[in-house]
Amino acid sequence: MRRDPRVILMGEDVAGGMGAPGEQDAWGGPLGVTKGLMPEFGRERVLDTPISESAFIGAAVGAAATGLRPVADLMFIDFMGVCFDQILNQAAKLRYMFGGKATVPVVIRTMFGAGFRAASQHSQGLYPLFAHIPGLKVVIPSSPYEAKGLMTQAIRDDDPVIFCEHKAMYDDQEEVPDEPYAIPFGEANLTREGDDVTIVAIGRMVKFANEVADKLEKQGISCAVIDPRTISPLDDRTIIESVEETGRCVVVDEASPRCGMAADIAALVAQNAFEALKAPVKMVTPPHTPVPFSPALEDVYIPGPAQIEAAVRAVTERV
Amino acid sequence: MAGKITALTMPKWGLAMTEGKVVAWNVHEGAEVAAGQGIVEVETEKITNLCEAPVSGVLCRRVAKEGDTLPVGALIGVIADASVPSEEIERFVQEFRLDTSGVAETEAEPLRANSVTVNGRPLRYLKMGEAGGFPIVLLHGLGGDLNNWLFNQPVLAQKHTVYALDLPGHGGSSKEVGSGDVSAMTAAVVGFFDALGIERAHLVGHSLGGAVALAVVLEHPRRVATVTLISPAGLGPELDASYVEAFIEAERRREMKTVLGKLFANPEIVSNEMVNNVLKYKRLEGVKAALSTIAAAILRDGKQAVVLRDRLSEVSAPVQVIWGKQDSIVPPSHAQGLPGAVPVHLLAGAGHMAHLEQPQEVNRLIEQLVGRA
Repeated sequence: MRRDPRVILMGEDVAGGMGAPGEQDAWGGPLGVTKGLMPEFGRERVLDTPISESAFIGAAVGAAATGLRPVADLMFIDFMGVCFDQILNQAAKLRYMFGGKATVPVVIRTMFGAGFRAASQHSQGLYPLFAHIPGLKVVIPSSPYEAKGLMTQAIRDDDPVIFCEHKAMYDDQEEVPDEPYAIPFGEANLTREGDDVTIVAIGRMVKFANEVADKLEKQGISCAVIDPRTISPLDDRTIIESVEETGRCVVVDEASPRCGMAADIAALVAQNAFEALKAPVKMVTPPHTPVPFSPALEDVYIPGPAQIEAAVRAVTERV
Repeated sequence: MAGKITALTMPKWGLAMTEGKVVAWNVHEGAEVAAGQGIVEVETEKITNLCEAPVSGVLCRRVAKEGDTLPVGALIGVIADASVPSEEIERFVQEFRLDTSGVAETEAEPLRANSVTVNGRPLRYLKMGEAGGFPIVLLHGLGGDLNNWLFNQPVLAQKHTVYALDLPGHGGSSKEVGSGDVSAMTAAVVGFFDALGIERAHLVGHSLGGAVALAVVLEHPRRVATVTLISPAGLGPELDASYVEAFIEAERRREMKTVLGKLFANPEIVSNEMVNNVLKYKRLEGVKAALSTIAAAILRDGKQAVVLRDRLSEVSAPVQVIWGKQDSIVPPSHAQGLPGAVPVHLLAGAGHMAHLEQPQEVNRLIEQLVGRA
């Protein structure tokens, strides 16, 4: 926002909800992610919106089409449903339908993911819906370093970007450079090198996959871990080349299994690296059910290191 | 008796290393080893290297097995005089294990890079060792940073105070490089000396850092005790300018891996971690512009713009030149027929990065020159 005066922030409670008494600050969204921006940039550039997602996402898309670079904060990905026309018929299509003469440089920031005891309507991982729509870019950062670099790229990108942050990762810590930097879209990150199995993991699952890879490395199973970073565009080349080397593939995703990224990547591997496969591709996902409200069931629902390890062992035990 | 037993521990190569994997022992239990002999191969996320015997003696125990992954500071072997009874060695091993359950945490903490303002811009450096005498100052090449010396700095720091610098435009230093030429870099190095109160130092410069070291000793002869040049720029006009261009342009992992492979005699040495670290650096705002400015200043029509070769004879401080025989970036032929009595060491099995590929030999040569001065 310091660099480019066209960048604005809008959403529910991003400028409202004062901080402590006497403090001129806003909540910065329900989990305080954008806290500090209102005092620095003022209410002209940090806008509170009504609780009407279809209205303010539409406003953001229009503002983007007419010269601003809005970052719209749509609290929970679960609420996207009401503004789908704005996203999939307007934002995603304008550039294409105007023959490249219009651009829609909007970023829609949203939280997703289970583990917050927030029940079925506040816990989903609906990002495959957006990956399905040509014209949208879909980003899922897996760590603080990734989040900063990918957000920078998202704001500078001329296309609409759906930026999906897992709500259980806001306390994650990592060394992050103070200086600005941008991570290009469509380039997967190889977080672990390995020879025996390729694990493709998305978002929060990357951390779990790395843990499993580090543990199994000591037991003689060498896992490559790929974090696609952006599921649209997807860096299919890195995934295919890795599976061609390892011959085994486990895809880990927290979204529902049907018509999701895990199934998409499994199909990609089956179509392009079939000759190299030594075992069927394994998917590690939740069951195809709503996210349970019961804490005990929710914990079982979310894929974790144990399920990833079991899948890796299953594909390596086949000779 | 305890003085006769020495622990061989997991080394710490670079700021980020927390653990290492014992790949292979090169010496049998019970064999005589010499101080400085590479006896066990250790692999980190970044790179594989030989771990040296800290003292001469008998390798009594190979505590770590091949394939073991251990934290930095963990016991991997025991070296002792032949006369030490085996019960005493057994007790040493047991006590070491009890002592060092938290080795990684305590070891990792004090090693942090610092920053100092030089000519109004931050310059990052890493200090290791606390010895008297003139310190050693390490200057990396184009696109490098202070972590390039991960196999050299800790070893040299056993007997010396050693500073590794991030030259302007690199690592954690300012991305404002001014003119970006060798003089600007030279001014930054001398400014660093002044800021830290270093009157005189032993300079070790690699590639571009070599040209900078040479310029520092030419302009400020009193500030330099000895000069070690590793595959230096500045001794001849030729270099692989296409490498410089490709390094600056590469933004993706695959391209960068290919580019970095050119630096080594054995391109396999380029790990994913190494590629990721270079990409992280290159993504920082201002880096591409800084590198382009530097490249434009040091290159002219695909050749080196600054050649100081003829001025070597003006240098009264001892100078040595180290070159990897398989260097494909700056040709080792530049080391031929140097004026004065400059000793030249051509290293087999090394490319442009001899200090990473043949660190034992490079460390030995630096020690030797520094020790003589």
